[in-house]
Amino acid sequence: MKAETINTYKQVSPPLRKKIEPYLYLLPTLLLMCVLLIIPIIMVIRYSFYDNVIINKNPVFVGLENFKLVMIENATFFVAVKNTLIFVGGSIVFHMILGLAFAVVLNTKYLHTRTKAVSRVLLALPWMFTASVIAILWKMMMNPNGIINYLLEVANLSSTHIEWLASRDFALFSITFINIWAGYPFYMVSLLAGLQGISNDLYEAAAIDGANINQRFFRVTLPQLKPIIISLVMLDFVWTIQQFALIWMTTGGGPINATEMMSTLIYKLGFSKYEYAQASAAAVILLVVCTIVAYLYVRHQRGQE
Amino acid sequence: MVGEKKWYLKAIAIVVLIFGAFYAGFPILWMFLNSFKPNAQIFAWPPVWISDNFTFAAYIEIFKDPEKVRYFINSYFIAFVVVVLTILVSVLAAYSFSRFDYPGKKVINTLIVSVQAVPPIVLLIPYLSLIVTFKLHNTYGALILTYMLLTMSYAIIMMTGYFNTLPKELDEAVMIDGGSRFRALWQILVPLATPGLVAVGMYTFMISWNEYLFALALTKTNDVRTVPVGISLLMGQHAYEWNQMMAMSVLGSLPILVLFLFFQRYFIAGMTSGAVKH
Repeated sequence: MKAETINTYKQVSPPLRKKIEPYLYLLPTLLLMCVLLIIPIIMVIRYSFYDNVIINKNPVFVGLENFKLVMIENATFFVAVKNTLIFVGGSIVFHMILGLAFAVVLNTKYLHTRTKAVSRVLLALPWMFTASVIAILWKMMMNPNGIINYLLEVANLSSTHIEWLASRDFALFSITFINIWAGYPFYMVSLLAGLQGISNDLYEAAAIDGANINQRFFRVTLPQLKPIIISLVMLDFVWTIQQFALIWMTTGGGPINATEMMSTLIYKLGFSKYEYAQASAAAVILLVVCTIVAYLYVRHQRGQE
Repeated sequence: MVGEKKWYLKAIAIVVLIFGAFYAGFPILWMFLNSFKPNAQIFAWPPVWISDNFTFAAYIEIFKDPEKVRYFINSYFIAFVVVVLTILVSVLAAYSFSRFDYPGKKVINTLIVSVQAVPPIVLLIPYLSLIVTFKLHNTYGALILTYMLLTMSYAIIMMTGYFNTLPKELDEAVMIDGGSRFRALWQILVPLATPGLVAVGMYTFMISWNEYLFALALTKTNDVRTVPVGISLLMGQHAYEWNQMMAMSVLGSLPILVLFLFFQRYFIAGMTSGAVKH
């Protein structure tokens, strides 16, 4: 009987039903996206052109005033941009170096399969921890009386109790270091998958041509990995530029503003200074940067297909 | 032929691995060791590796404190609900992308892919007023909806990729027998896509379990707060109970570690498909 009702239904309006069916499957997704993503984006862009929104009941359109306040009249903005660039650049470079080195080692034929399997799990471990655990763990290790200073003393590298996270000289370096630790496994695992996908024929052909190990790496391996490397750099850029949790829980942007980033600046403007309009302007700047990179990423991914 | 050279390469590989094992493993080992120490010994100089007063006290303190146990219940509940709902939503969307052709498909698909590029912190300010308007502030609902949004995009991409590997003849066979498309999806495709579902589920669980920014901003009281926020609140308290913070970190990391160790292959396939075309 059930089948019958379906059949009658089909007969009543087959073309319409057929036309809307694919959209029906997308309905929950689109609904969620509209309400929780598109509307907030429109709101934040609107906020950035009005004077103090949320607090002011009848905000007035002020054009680019908020952008001027944030970018030109707020000295912290430039510090935040500079710090963000150092943080993002340092993270990407070292993620790539460590990720590639470990991936190559995990893919060599010189090691036993079981050694490689165990090492792969071990080396991927930092990936499993949430930002608050990573923050608290490294805060403990980077304490002036912590294990890092002890190891440095034992290795005769330093005998002072360095304030890794509390001194203006070291804080930015330290959180970049922590972020490198937390993020390289994604590179390692992706590059390893890429290495495993390179056909052996290419290496054999190179060996016949008399290529040595360096030439094989730079002429075969790297060019073959290029699409993955480009994707990784773009993804990592978008992820790292918005990193908030780790910075917030280790230094909070301090000391003074030694580790102030775009993300902590937005958060502070909004949630401790209640300058929602300025916070929105800073957020829009970040959104534009990420959108450009995302556009390049999607184009790159499409190009591969 | 190149025996000597191979020996040399093997030595380099072993050195890199030992360095890597220390670099990756030592902080984690230190976390475990410190969770079993009395608080006074955490910053002992020289360090105490394994305390003479080896103790489970830090763990017992956590289990005795109903507020801390509550963080875990909240995290588990929210993560499980998000996993189920994200899978439902993404299976439907992926089916649409994989099996139909219609105007606007490419635009919608691009839109969904680009969700991942929107930094959560950009959404936070309008989001907060939106959530307050919906009367969802400080509820499970707010976090569940948010994590669905954060995971949906990647889940749909992964599921679409998975459905594309299953031949269309499968669903056509069901429909010839008089079954609806909907039945073909749930009775044939979904069971066959189990590996894809596991990968999506693990990814979703991990994101929901680990999320911090929204969990911090959208909650006010301990009865809805999740583990990451709970851990960060321990940091701000009057006296630093480092051993408890470490025990809490171990307990908070355990579910993800267990998932990773048991479902490594799915896990990696799920997490890397953004960069690697499988």
